[in-house]
Amino acid sequence: MMEMLKSLTVILLTSVLVNNYVLSRFLGICPFLGVSKKLNQAAGMGAAVIFVMALATAATWPIQYFLLDKFNMGYMRTIVFILVIAALVQLVEIILKKYMPALHASLGIYLPLITTNCAVLGVTINNINDGYGFLESMVSSIGAGLGFLLAMVLFAGVRSRLEEANPPKSFEGLPITLVSAAIVALSFFGFAGIVDGIFG
Amino acid sequence: MGKLQNFLKGIIKENPVLVLVLGTCPTLAITTSVLNALGMGVAATAVLLCSNMAVSALRNVIPDKVRIPCYIVLIAGFVTMVEMLMHAFVPDLYESLGIFLSLIVVNCIILGRAEMYASKNGVVDSALDALGMGIGFTLALFIMSSIREIFGAGTWCGLEIPFAGDYSVMILTMAPGGFFVFGCLIALVNKLTGNKPDKKKNMGCAGCPSASLCGKIECKSKEDVNDGNA
Repeated sequence: MMEMLKSLTVILLTSVLVNNYVLSRFLGICPFLGVSKKLNQAAGMGAAVIFVMALATAATWPIQYFLLDKFNMGYMRTIVFILVIAALVQLVEIILKKYMPALHASLGIYLPLITTNCAVLGVTINNINDGYGFLESMVSSIGAGLGFLLAMVLFAGVRSRLEEANPPKSFEGLPITLVSAAIVALSFFGFAGIVDGIFG
Repeated sequence: MGKLQNFLKGIIKENPVLVLVLGTCPTLAITTSVLNALGMGVAATAVLLCSNMAVSALRNVIPDKVRIPCYIVLIAGFVTMVEMLMHAFVPDLYESLGIFLSLIVVNCIILGRAEMYASKNGVVDSALDALGMGIGFTLALFIMSSIREIFGAGTWCGLEIPFAGDYSVMILTMAPGGFFVFGCLIALVNKLTGNKPDKKKNMGCAGCPSASLCGKIECKSKEDVNDGNA
């Protein structure tokens, strides 16, 4: 039991901090750059991503092991996963709209965007590639979502300062945003090795 | 617009990476070495060409309401083919591109061209458009990976470069270097095209097929800005 908790903690910390999906694996850059202008939008997007990542993993993991592997159709993974994610997102949006309009109002607009977010497809495929079990997959995908939220929120803070900065004309807009993303990514280097350190 | 222009626009004037800022994830992630970048460029071009032609040929058959899922299925099919071919013939490249090969499915460039161009134009035009965009994508990846490999690792296409190895800046091959080089490249393009950042779509999502959904967010933030001004 202790062993399991330990390995789950390592997986969680790894996917939140060390291998942050946005800042060190470069997945989900589009929403990271596009929706991080305002703190509340960044947080909303982050929350929606956590939700969809967990849901997508819960749906795709059994499909991989009980359907694709069983019938020896591993090569269909990309097609099946993207369709499952797309259908799932639509379904969740409909359900939220009907039964939880308050939640839909705050998360709803971000949901359709997430279908084509490579971080969601990326995390489901990574979980299979890394050979994680169901529980490990869930922890790793929630960690990935938390890491995404963390990166978004941190970067939204940086960007609000950036608005008042006065960069050279050629750097205005996206270039200076990317350069500051580089510095934020650099700060995440400080977490490298943290996981090995915790449990000796 | 002439056929030639149609082909050329993707390479320079509407370069998908440096001007339209689409497909940023693979651009940042796999440009650590030139060979990876070229492999990715060719794979994405192949998928783009096939999907653009298929979408264009089927544009009168696919119902408007379910067009995005249809495009995704088509694209995912072609990506799977390319994946299997690369696994069989260039296993090393397949290994080093890893997950980003599957992620061509959600590359904004491919879905974006299907939605914005192929669904409205003929097969030949769509094929030319795809080739131009694909070459533009490959070119941008090539330039960026050259910078990162030469200055970051002191090699080019895996070949040692005299002296460069002694002064290599390792950070350029790592994650922060990717953001930094990409930012500088876009700034350079802005400078060369005469500092018109306002005219460009300044965020990647704008060219994405889900931009209309994104639009809700953009519009909202525009309203906020207007409120602030008032």
